[in-house]
Amino acid sequence: MESFFSRYKNALVLIAVLLAQVIGVAIQVRRPLPKEHAQPDAGGVRLIRYWAISLVSPPERLVHWLGSSILGVWDNYLDLIHVRQQNKDLQSELQRLRIEEGGIIEDARQGQRLQQLLAFKEKYVYQTTPAQVIGTSGTEQSRILSINKGSKDGVGVDMPVITPDGIVGRIREVFPHTSQVLEITDPTSGAGVILATTRIRGILRGNAVGQPQVVNVMPDERIKAGEPVITSGGDQIFPRGLSVGVVDRVSTDPDHDPLVDVVIRPAANLAQLEEVLVITNMGDVVTPKQKLDMIQSEAAADSEQLRASEILAERLPSRVDPDSPKTDDENSDDSADAEGEGIARPMRPPSALHPDRFTPSTTPTAASLTPGARLAPQSEGTGSITASTPKPHASSPASAPDNGDATETAVAAPKKKPEMVPDDGSRPPASMTARPASASTTTSTHAAATSADRAPTATMPATSSHATTTAGGGTVTPPEAGANGSSTSANGPAVHSAAGNRAAPGAATHSTTTAGGSTTTPTKPAASSTTHTAIGTGTSPTGTAAVHAATPRPAASSGDGATPEVKTKVIVDGPLPSAAKKSATTTPASTTNSGQQAPAAQKQQAPGTQPAQRKSPELVPDDGSRPPPTMLQKPKPQPQQATPAQTQPQGGRQ
Amino acid sequence: MARLIAASRRDVELPPYPLIVFILVPLLALGLQSFVSLHFQRFDILDLPLLVTIYFAITQRNPITGTIAGGIIGIAQDALTRQPLGIFGICKSIIGYLAASLGVRIDTENHGTRALLTFGFVFLHSGMYWLLVRRLLAQPYAWSWVHELIRAAICTVVGVILFSLLDLAKRKEY
Repeated sequence: MESFFSRYKNALVLIAVLLAQVIGVAIQVRRPLPKEHAQPDAGGVRLIRYWAISLVSPPERLVHWLGSSILGVWDNYLDLIHVRQQNKDLQSELQRLRIEEGGIIEDARQGQRLQQLLAFKEKYVYQTTPAQVIGTSGTEQSRILSINKGSKDGVGVDMPVITPDGIVGRIREVFPHTSQVLEITDPTSGAGVILATTRIRGILRGNAVGQPQVVNVMPDERIKAGEPVITSGGDQIFPRGLSVGVVDRVSTDPDHDPLVDVVIRPAANLAQLEEVLVITNMGDVVTPKQKLDMIQSEAAADSEQLRASEILAERLPSRVDPDSPKTDDENSDDSADAEGEGIARPMRPPSALHPDRFTPSTTPTAASLTPGARLAPQSEGTGSITASTPKPHASSPASAPDNGDATETAVAAPKKKPEMVPDDGSRPPASMTARPASASTTTSTHAAATSADRAPTATMPATSSHATTTAGGGTVTPPEAGANGSSTSANGPAVHSAAGNRAAPGAATHSTTTAGGSTTTPTKPAASSTTHTAIGTGTSPTGTAAVHAATPRPAASSGDGATPEVKTKVIVDGPLPSAAKKSATTTPASTTNSGQQAPAAQKQQAPGTQPAQRKSPELVPDDGSRPPPTMLQKPKPQPQQATPAQTQPQGGRQ
Repeated sequence: MARLIAASRRDVELPPYPLIVFILVPLLALGLQSFVSLHFQRFDILDLPLLVTIYFAITQRNPITGTIAGGIIGIAQDALTRQPLGIFGICKSIIGYLAASLGVRIDTENHGTRALLTFGFVFLHSGMYWLLVRRLLAQPYAWSWVHELIRAAICTVVGVILFSLLDLAKRKEY
């Protein structure tokens, strides 16, 4: 037995050791339990593990300490070769990086600006070209910028230059690769602007100190500092709605008292411009609605400007010369349509295709005139109008084409708002000014002292009759139904009688204004193609009368769809006999611009061939805008007492 | 073959190393294995405690000493792991026993013999470990012949170098 253990001692020890460890493992290893019931090692195992860790950890810490120490010694002492050289290299690199940092910062800022510019460009509907400002004029007198885009890049003259903040100016000169931008702060610049809140329009120019200002603005207490100013689009350079700036202050204009100048603080930082956008194309994206809005806005602006001019004229009576001859320009401001369906057109410089003696360009110079002489022929008492009535050749059928050419004819006619002048020579009130409607046909005859002449006068369709006014407190009576519009003056020496026919549907009759406290008695307005009669020359107290015949083409709304504009105004000074008036009233028929309408109109030229069906005239507001709905209502019949006596022909001046 | 057998009986009976070496070397092996693997993960393919066990076993040529030394070193290595105590202990006990048994019969001073023994013992250690984990603990353990052979080869190379270094600590007086 002893020899057995002695002989197999090693194996028995091994088996014992293995058995002990297997038992130990078996004790430690249990059936897997769920995690919630899992338990850590038993106390004995934990103790053994603790001993083992305690036994191994010191050498681990020792090794770790040795390793860290060795690495520290190596890193901090031994591995310092070439450190001095590295330090020099790092110093130089630091200097270089600082320089690059400045450039990078600038590039970053530029990138941010360009991003803003790009974002603005993306949401901007027009075609734009970004450009960088490369220089200025260098003087305070000339607010010019130079940009790095020229004709090679599609930049053209008068193209607007903007930034996301606001407008900058417009292209003044274009070179192949550069362009000059005239800033809005330059005194020679100009931009149509509108005050966003008060809706006051004006022209933006630069003043002497380089500040943009809206010049020649009527004083208005509503204009406050901080009010935004945007472009109106009326200059046809800048698109409407772009930010211009805000109102800085309001200063009086010593040269144009009582007008004021509204100084603007520009929205764009014009002193530090670096990138701008040049709007290279904006015509293709203007929607009809935008165009309509723009034109309506222009019409409103014209009305406002005209009103301001009238107010100014009243304040400055010396500027009004009642005896000065009126020109046909007064009839041309037809920026409002009669029905609202047509589009009003902005005023443009007219050029007469068929100039007559009333054309401004044909007016003799002042040196050639004789003091006291009259340009227009006049006749005293009852006289024939044929000799003195100018033929409305501008609107004759032969000269006026059917559709499109008629528009040119209308454009050729000088357009100006008509103005009534009372007999006493004083300036008429604003209510006397009648504004012709655009796209309308006007045939009117003003005959002095011929109110009794109610003979039906043949006219073309869509012509209109106008019963006009008297001065001197006369009362205008409503024309009888079925009669041509005529008006007389109770005591005024001159009577303007407008005789028009309304044979065709859509014709309109207008009874326009009075002066001197007279009463206007409008009748019910006619159909859509209403026309407005331009009241021509005023009558003088001496009995000078005027016959005013205007024969435009049919209105677009009732005609053939085109919008020709033909107006002929015949002004005759002096008394007008009934026969002459008849002759005068026949002229509109010959002024039709429609070839199809011309024969019919010629047939209707014969007096009495067609009974005139009186349609209600239409009152036209004094500012030339569309009449309010209240004015379109049928007026009450006027007292009868004014008609018999006052509609008698006066037979000359009193 | 004669060269692989122990030279003399006296060499087997006399302990060639001082006691402090028997204590510090295994601890240092455990510490290095833990520390180096912390910074160099591929270092875990080595098994320094196993190499130390083999070295002390073949140099002591005492199976009981080799078995107990292997068991202690293995249990200490198990203490640093998540597995139950005794897995590495069992493996290293057997390796210690076998290495000491062979060390009595062959000459372990030769580097070639050491290399062969080391390669065989490392591969055997991997096999036993796989067997214990899969069969005794029923835990997943992927066996890869290539990986285990590479492990055995690397451990053999490192072991031969380590054995040469540990030979420097041998007593020279006898």
